[in-house]
Amino acid sequence: MDLHDTPEQAAYRAEVRAWIEAHRHEAPPPTRGSHSADPEPYRRWQARLAEARLVGVTWPEEYGGAGLGPIEQLIVRSELRRAGCGGILDNIAVGIIGPTIIVRGSSEQQQRYLGPMLRGEEGWCQLFSEPAAGSDLAGVRTRARRTADGFSISGQKVWTTGAQHADFGLLLARTDPDVPKHQGLTMFLVPMRVPEVTVRPLRGMSGGASFNEVFFDDVPIGEDAVLGAVSGGWGVALTALMFERATLLGAFDEIGFSAERFAAPFAEYRELADAHLRQRLAQVTCGLLSLRYSGYRTLTALARGAVPGPEAALGKIGVIEAARQGCELIAELIGPDALEGDWGETAFNLPGLRSGGGTEEVLRNMVGERVLGLPPEPRIDKRTPFRELGRSPAGAGVPA
Amino acid sequence: MNFDLADEQRLLRDAARDALARLDSVAGARDALDGAPLLDPWPTARAAGWTGLLVGEKDGGAGLDVFDAMLVLEECGRRLTGAGLIGHLAATRLLASAASRGDGGAAAVLPSLAAGDRCAAFVLARPPAADDMRWTVDAEGGGTRRAPLPTAQPGDGGDAVLVTGTAGYQLDAAGADLLVVPVVLDTGEHRAALVAADAAGLGIEATPRGDASRPIARVSLEGTPALLLDAGPDDLADVWDVVQALLAADALGVSEAMLDMGVAYAKDRHAFGRPIGSYQAIKHQLVEILRHVEATRSLCYYVGYAAQERPSDLPLASACARFAAEEAATYATRTCIAIHGGIGTTWEHDAPLFWRRAQLSRLLAGGVTGAGDRVATEIVKHARAQTGATATT
Repeated sequence: MDLHDTPEQAAYRAEVRAWIEAHRHEAPPPTRGSHSADPEPYRRWQARLAEARLVGVTWPEEYGGAGLGPIEQLIVRSELRRAGCGGILDNIAVGIIGPTIIVRGSSEQQQRYLGPMLRGEEGWCQLFSEPAAGSDLAGVRTRARRTADGFSISGQKVWTTGAQHADFGLLLARTDPDVPKHQGLTMFLVPMRVPEVTVRPLRGMSGGASFNEVFFDDVPIGEDAVLGAVSGGWGVALTALMFERATLLGAFDEIGFSAERFAAPFAEYRELADAHLRQRLAQVTCGLLSLRYSGYRTLTALARGAVPGPEAALGKIGVIEAARQGCELIAELIGPDALEGDWGETAFNLPGLRSGGGTEEVLRNMVGERVLGLPPEPRIDKRTPFRELGRSPAGAGVPA
Repeated sequence: MNFDLADEQRLLRDAARDALARLDSVAGARDALDGAPLLDPWPTARAAGWTGLLVGEKDGGAGLDVFDAMLVLEECGRRLTGAGLIGHLAATRLLASAASRGDGGAAAVLPSLAAGDRCAAFVLARPPAADDMRWTVDAEGGGTRRAPLPTAQPGDGGDAVLVTGTAGYQLDAAGADLLVVPVVLDTGEHRAALVAADAAGLGIEATPRGDASRPIARVSLEGTPALLLDAGPDDLADVWDVVQALLAADALGVSEAMLDMGVAYAKDRHAFGRPIGSYQAIKHQLVEILRHVEATRSLCYYVGYAAQERPSDLPLASACARFAAEEAATYATRTCIAIHGGIGTTWEHDAPLFWRRAQLSRLLAGGVTGAGDRVATEIVKHARAQTGATATT
């Protein structure tokens, strides 16, 4: 067990550190997520980072990346954090959508989209969930109908992070309702800044406008907007979800869920006098530290060529649970003052994060089936043509 | 970064699994509850070289580290065996450390202990923590009661002393040839002392409690002749951490056995026309065991990392591993029993034996509550040591 850099990694770290030292005066302050009101300074900073190949570190060099591994990516993130600089603006694009286009896209799509994505010139969002299709993602009802020169998109997406800043979206839509649900899906790269697309902010439970609902009203797109094959959308979605799991790795400490942060109020406010609070602090500490070292285990495996597996979902379940316990504990230690400011914002967001990126229940199903090999629940909709499914609250399975 | 087992560690673990699979130790744990003598894993441990795991090569040991010993203990937990090992490993760890500083008494006994010709055990001293700022031992009567360290009076000159005191529920003391005992001197100094099992005034009384697979004993010393070792508070604290880590690994093995057993049954057993593992109510509980197992394993890896690379983290890492591992084993054993329904509640079934092991283990060596107190104490130290900037981000 060690956390040492190899000589090559140490040289890379030194190079990254030197670059950051020379350019940190250009960096905006760190931000959590991409929810800032004015993204422009972050966009400019991402462009500078991209020039230095510090964005898309794991992307192959031919696509503008650095062609390096997950450890080098962690080196870049930790050096930026060490210098107190913000990171890249658009993690969804660089972490999930770009890698999906690299694996599944045509060379024309790669040429067109990847460069501006790396430089932050064009923002992206992921258009998967719908009002009637969340855990049951393959049940999406947004339709893509054939037209003379491509497709026309109509329907609604929801919980879309970053849609307000996005120029393009990765959209999962139904092209064929006459086959079972997984088989009639197609993935598209769609423009967001057209009159037929309406983005409405949704105010999240902590009060900020953290995500959006997006309406598609007969959006015309060309044949070249299909990512992968027509009717091959489910496979592309699984690729994107695999990359999404990898983006969480080793990031919990950086987004504020570190054991030391939760222990700090005990150091500041009073000694460890209360036996009950001590035991609860121990539980929170063990939860968060286990995630830190689980992250290193997974990074080790990925650096050796493993594919990000479903067990990463256990980390998401764990961080929400430990952070919730931690926030309750801090609030009892500090009192009502804890519900304002940083701790309050964390506390008020947490129950929502439990559902973000997959509900806890659907993640447990996935891990139970794919890691433990337990049989799935019977799925009555798996072989039935999607059009004949009529169980959603909206009535019919598909808009006519 | 390398956060995975090395090839030699995989070999060590697999060899331990194979060797222990040849012992009928799970059935042995049941028979011992009915009064049969406990199946003795010592010949296996000795043949495999585990008795010298933490002793340097020049004294006939393997010169390995805490994490390697944890891999062996994990396999012992899976098979409800390992009697004698934790006490022996803890004692030899301290004796090897003392011998490395030139302690002749420790050096004299190490080769026979490493070879497994003789067996040692340790009376465990708990370092000060938030709930109790004294050095203490687990008291007879147990629970939250703690006893002061045995006292040492000058003996027949030199390092000879006479030790008086008692401690309850000490791992592996019964059957040991040598005991390492923490003592407090007239000067207030804390040291370790070596006691022979046949020394005058030494009483070692087996006190089985609920789980026959893990021998524990009451140790009493009444003016017992002993030899002071060149080992002080740092060594005593180190041994405390090592025992926490070994118990954590043992409990991890218990949880793993429960996961395997529960998953196998959930795939096989049908109700309402399909395997019970297909129901979310069962599936999600098994995933929760898996989550506990993986979290515990990561904390055990943290212990391995701390022991090798960052000794100042060993108290936090080992206390975290212990706390998480005991909670995990408690959850895993009771959940596995529940998943089995009625058959899981019978004397013939194995799962209740693992439940007994988990129930006793969580009370020993300061207990899971003591581990929690130490986690809290240590993480607040770590938080203080970090910059104010981190504390307020």
